[in-house]
Amino acid sequence: MYTYSEFDTAFLAERNRQFRAQVARRISGNLTEDEFKPLRLMNGLYLQLHAYMLRVAIPYGSLNSAQMDKLAELADRWDKGYGHFTTRQNIQYNWPKLNDIPDMLDALAKVGLHAIQTSGNTIRNVTADHFAGAAADELADPRPYAELLRQWSTDHPEFQFLPRKFKIAVSGSPNDRAVTKAHDIGLRMRRKEGELGFEVIVGGGLGRTPMIGKVIRDFLPLSDLLPYAEAIVHVYNRLGRRDNKYKARIKIMVHEHGIEDVRALVEEAFTRIKPEFAGADTLLAQIKTRFRAPDLRPRETQAFDTAYRRDPVFRAWADTNLAPHRKADHAIVTVSIKAHGQTPGDATSAQMRVLADLARKYGYDELRISHEQNVILPHVAKTDLPAVHAALLAAGLGTANVGLASDIIACPGMDYCALATARSIPVAQDIATRVEALRLEHAVGPLKIKISGCINACGHHHVGHIGILGLDRGGVETYQITLGGDATEAAAIGQRTGPGFSYEEIVPAIERLLKAYLDLRESEDELFIDAVQRVGHAPFKAALYPTEAHADAA
Amino acid sequence: MPRKHHPKVVTANDLLEGDVVYRTAAGSWSSDLRAAVLIEDPEQASTELALAQSEPAMVVGIYLADMERGPDGTPQPVHFREAFRATGPSNYAHGKQAGLR
Repeated sequence: MYTYSEFDTAFLAERNRQFRAQVARRISGNLTEDEFKPLRLMNGLYLQLHAYMLRVAIPYGSLNSAQMDKLAELADRWDKGYGHFTTRQNIQYNWPKLNDIPDMLDALAKVGLHAIQTSGNTIRNVTADHFAGAAADELADPRPYAELLRQWSTDHPEFQFLPRKFKIAVSGSPNDRAVTKAHDIGLRMRRKEGELGFEVIVGGGLGRTPMIGKVIRDFLPLSDLLPYAEAIVHVYNRLGRRDNKYKARIKIMVHEHGIEDVRALVEEAFTRIKPEFAGADTLLAQIKTRFRAPDLRPRETQAFDTAYRRDPVFRAWADTNLAPHRKADHAIVTVSIKAHGQTPGDATSAQMRVLADLARKYGYDELRISHEQNVILPHVAKTDLPAVHAALLAAGLGTANVGLASDIIACPGMDYCALATARSIPVAQDIATRVEALRLEHAVGPLKIKISGCINACGHHHVGHIGILGLDRGGVETYQITLGGDATEAAAIGQRTGPGFSYEEIVPAIERLLKAYLDLRESEDELFIDAVQRVGHAPFKAALYPTEAHADAA
Repeated sequence: MPRKHHPKVVTANDLLEGDVVYRTAAGSWSSDLRAAVLIEDPEQASTELALAQSEPAMVVGIYLADMERGPDGTPQPVHFREAFRATGPSNYAHGKQAGLR
């Protein structure tokens, strides 16, 4: 985990002092809302449908137990006893009061957390593979690079008023769990002739105009990361459109100018500014010393083997919720924050404290938040897993559904978000409840369902195997379905199946899709996404729109 | 086809609490939609909106929302977004619905 330096601590204290004064000036009437809004957004504070919302950054999704305990404390003291983990590895509080925000930020600062640049047209929280530092397939831990980017981008004077928001994701593995191809900049670590570097992807994004990012540099030496990132954002800041909010993201710039022209401009800027970054190597080396990898003790695995053999509930959970750790006697635990029928990503303060306790007791004090809105215990000795599982079950956190139909990404939607055009949470709740009632999801196997409540696509619907987009059609909630999206290194944008469904129709429609897949798959080994690629949309459309198929046949 | 004209309420969010508020006949703000003044006349609605916006603001984001007159004479939201604003989220009994029960 990264530990704060004195500089970091002093910086946060000063920033919070400034914002406390800004809040006071707003309340006293010395700042208008128009003046205050950009200031509050820079500090993660939104005004949503029913209340303010504070978005707290969890840099590259990494937390320690003290930080998780602090998140629980905020939920109890200043919110309604829960928090919402988001698709950008942040946590959102849905009910804070304006007066309380400065105290909340001061409390967060005590454990090195903040809400800086979680909104606004700036470089946002840098996200990373949620298995970072633990995955068996990892080339190197991507988080020191993510932290380097965070330090560089925080309060960067040139990049506080970009044409639009800017999101960077970093992966240290060839298997992309960080959706790098759907970010403004995606960094994928790779090895070339024995040396580690990044494949740099630019211009990906979801939203109203979904685009898969393009490779701007196939191999960037690790030491060139900062000047190259600065060159990209510099070119974007200059060339990105400011005339139309919907065309202001870098993906539109790359699309309009072409990747070749953008690459030439970036390389030119990179060559010019690189000498100014002579100290970046030293900074990175310092950061690396502040990331203390846990000293994993070799352990027996007997308790795990016995429980796996004897306890079917444990076995089901182990089969879905564990991932291979770089040490064979350890495992990565994904704790599902998707209990059937519950709000995806919502954890109560009591659950957060259980997770913090488990991290302390069994997990080398480390936790991660995934963009799929689950919580990870990245380093757990296999022999401790039965105890961890029992504790999770007791806290309502033992759901064995990671990667299955009920492990749904859903944005807050119109239940909270001022931008939303329809609800997403209850759709996710109802799909999960339905597949559980039918005992369907283990038969269906790995499946990514992702739901957004508006075109901005915070729920990543474009890259869901099944994507659901909630819209307002003539004053009625309407849900469009896309099929064939993929969030991995084989990134793809899903295609619309046809007319949308009403709120009442959407869950039965998804059920028909799943049943159609079970009917047409070649074997249990053929995954949903593979079946879609093999047979195309037609059989799924027939299941979704049975009366139309009948009419066509007639 | 011209859109059907609906009576309006003046609505916003409270500066301190963030809660949805509605303008009352007395020119104050209430968190209860039933206390809102329902304005039938479009010109009067614009006037009320301008008046609310001209006051020292303890509310944020003032606008006119379409309503219908309910059986008991109180405003009823036309659009589902306003219905959620008037009650709260659908996943928990939080927000206004908590107080209404």
